[in-house]
Amino acid sequence: MAAGSGGTPNLHSPPGTPELDPRFPLPRGSRRSRILGGGEPGARSVWIAVASTVAFFGVAAILIVSSPGWPEIKSTFFNGRVFEESFPKIVRQFGTNVFIFLVAEVFVLIVALFFAVLRSLPGPVFAPLRILAIAYTDIFRGIPTILVISLLGFGMPALRLQGLPKSEVFWAIVALTLVYSAYVTEVYRAGIESVHPSQTAAARSLGLSRLQSMRHVILPQAVRRVVPPLLNDFIGLQKDSALVAFLGVVEALQTANIISAAEFNFTPFVSLALVYLVITIPQTRFVDWLVERDRKRRQGGTVL
Amino acid sequence: MTTAAGEAPRAVVIEGLHKSFGDLHVLRGIDLQVADHEVICLIGASGSGKSTLLRCVNLIEPIDAGRIVVEGDEITAPGVDVDAIRRRIGIVFQSFNLFPHMSVLHNITLAPTKVVGTPAGEADAEARELLDRFGLADKAEEYPDRLSGGQQQRVAIMRALAMRPDIMLLDEVTSALDPELVAEVLDVIRELAAAGMTMLIATHEMGFARDIATRVCFLDDGVIAEHGPPEQIFGGPQHERTRQFLARIVAAGRM
Amino acid sequence: MRKFLLGLAVLAVVAAACAPEEDDPPPADDGATATEPAPVDAASCATDAGTISDGVVTVGTGNPAFPPWWEGGTTDENADWEFNDPYLLEGFEGATVGAVAEQLGFGPDAIEFVPVPFNKSFAPGPKDFDFVLQQISYSDKRAEAVDFSESYYDVNQALVSVKGSEIEGATTLAELQSAELGAPLGTTSFDYIEQNIQPTEEPAVYNDLNGAVQALKNGQVDGIVVDLPTAFFVTAVQIPKGVIVGQFPTVGAQEYFALALEKDSALTECLDLALQRLKDDGTLPAIQQEWLADNASAPVIEG
Repeated sequence: MAAGSGGTPNLHSPPGTPELDPRFPLPRGSRRSRILGGGEPGARSVWIAVASTVAFFGVAAILIVSSPGWPEIKSTFFNGRVFEESFPKIVRQFGTNVFIFLVAEVFVLIVALFFAVLRSLPGPVFAPLRILAIAYTDIFRGIPTILVISLLGFGMPALRLQGLPKSEVFWAIVALTLVYSAYVTEVYRAGIESVHPSQTAAARSLGLSRLQSMRHVILPQAVRRVVPPLLNDFIGLQKDSALVAFLGVVEALQTANIISAAEFNFTPFVSLALVYLVITIPQTRFVDWLVERDRKRRQGGTVL
Repeated sequence: MTTAAGEAPRAVVIEGLHKSFGDLHVLRGIDLQVADHEVICLIGASGSGKSTLLRCVNLIEPIDAGRIVVEGDEITAPGVDVDAIRRRIGIVFQSFNLFPHMSVLHNITLAPTKVVGTPAGEADAEARELLDRFGLADKAEEYPDRLSGGQQQRVAIMRALAMRPDIMLLDEVTSALDPELVAEVLDVIRELAAAGMTMLIATHEMGFARDIATRVCFLDDGVIAEHGPPEQIFGGPQHERTRQFLARIVAAGRM
Repeated sequence: MRKFLLGLAVLAVVAAACAPEEDDPPPADDGATATEPAPVDAASCATDAGTISDGVVTVGTGNPAFPPWWEGGTTDENADWEFNDPYLLEGFEGATVGAVAEQLGFGPDAIEFVPVPFNKSFAPGPKDFDFVLQQISYSDKRAEAVDFSESYYDVNQALVSVKGSEIEGATTLAELQSAELGAPLGTTSFDYIEQNIQPTEEPAVYNDLNGAVQALKNGQVDGIVVDLPTAFFVTAVQIPKGVIVGQFPTVGAQEYFALALEKDSALTECLDLALQRLKDDGTLPAIQQEWLADNASAPVIEG
């Protein structure tokens, strides 16, 4: 049946796409149909997808619940009473984590940009700055974050220098900023390098200085392109905010640790995982939406 | 530097210009003098060095040997202020290179506001004047990806003009355009020539070159093999290589 | 369609592979029936109950093995153990383990030690120890997850600070309310701070004793709350300017340390028998006297 003959008008596709046959509810190649394993459109593939998903997870669930260790696992990890007790406390203490990662992220975006620009300065005269940027990213991508946090969080106050703050939260933010800026520097660099050199040529030939070209022409384009990996690193930062527990700060992870130790139960960690999922999943969906929107804008609705 | 007492300096003087890319010796000694208001058309096969020559004049490519003097200033001297020189030389590229994240208007006003310090209101007004003059007033707020190739290239020319350059370099500006869009761009260039802009134009459009050029230079294998008024080059070329090149063009139906 | 069937086949194979393991059969007993009279001593109880490793009792404790619970220093033989080698059976917990094991019928050479991080002592699944001790306090909630023996030490919490700190001379809980306090994780010390001191500053909780000590040395907290014997160790050895501000009075039921075992372990009864005997014949008090002699000499901080 040719498309457009007798089908109901499709209100969801961009204008100009042919009307769809109701036997084929999803536009060929649409994102939903791609997730469901499309390529071939059709209600049939939807049903197969649903059936095999249910079958798979159903069997997995049955396997788990009928294993001999399940009652023990259930009461240790999925204990209703402990969950009720721990969840609100963890949520409350999560405020500390939120503070830490929000503040750190602001600094990360700025510090990383600084190092990315440093790294991109050409010519022999800027070699020392480039080397500094390379050393920085090598060191802080190389050392495990927990080590950086404990070295700074316990080590710096131990130096007893005048004016050096002792606050654990302060040093956790500094440590996280240093570590994540190293990663984000590379993300920015990839973005900068993805901007075609002809843009730089055009900007410089108008008389814009290197810094002006960077600021007005290259960076705006570069940053737009790397929003997904930037958001990915931000989510990593949010999870690593829990590492400040190592310094004694009673935030969400440590609260889970405390309740867990007091009751000899691991359910608080499940509560914590849930809190993190509630925070991070909307962000990942948002990134997906941004990428999709940008792709549509650039390709004008063409589906490849 | 003046050529003789009281004589105005030439717009562009190129002496003994050499440029290599690795092992590839592209420009092998270019000598060229351009007077004010002259329109020089550079013709030649691909790879003959037309683009490279223009990019050297704009200092996008550093030269290996020789010198370039613009309006009396030796721009290839060490320690020269490159940004200041580029303000005076406008260049338009084959692939337009508009800034995709800015509106057409902003593309044009960016350099005047940031480089020269023109107040925003003034830059805006001048940009709109340019757009109006070249028939794109209604596109001011559009983004480049919504414009046709011809329209984008015209915006690119206006972007260069906004800096009020002394000289315009046009590097095969119609080569990437569909044939029906070429004319509108050529019209803009004609208008600039009529207004007295000094221009170096690298082009494949022979008919256009014959119309507009005060002088045509044929580049072959990294040197200017022949140069002279269009009637001479197109009507009675004196060098064998020029003849061969033009014969190929005619055979390809492009003249 | 074929792909769907293939997927189901894969699932079936996976299901078969994940079939529950056969549990090890329980140790054969000598024809005992449910009406057998209760065992009279710990040794025969232990023989009936069995240990995870035949002929040997496996004891878990934390690594590092901190004084005064463990003493004798490190050895080359068991170099993995930090601070002290538990195999020496010295220190309060070390000596207690030696005595309890003997009651169960295991000589010093029949004792194996495994390092057990705190979290693992109550993790579900089969244990790699028969019982574990690392200053673990009994609580009703914890008893839902593991078996506890009866007390082997009644414990009080104490406050450690440094010379010259604001709380050095505190004698009442009220004086501590504005202080920044900390405690190691997994101890009732933190609960004590929250429930009985209720300071205005959020207290800190460190993953282990080392963290708490470092923070006190750095001045990041004014004082740390630890059990009294640990307080003596910490001020004598780890913190040069450390002082014990005082010990806290018991609030509510007396806190005590107990041995922890897998839930419903058959050995629990045996350990209780052993401990009872050690208390009755004076062995346990003697051990306490030998290794925790300074117990009484810290002033009490009034509520």
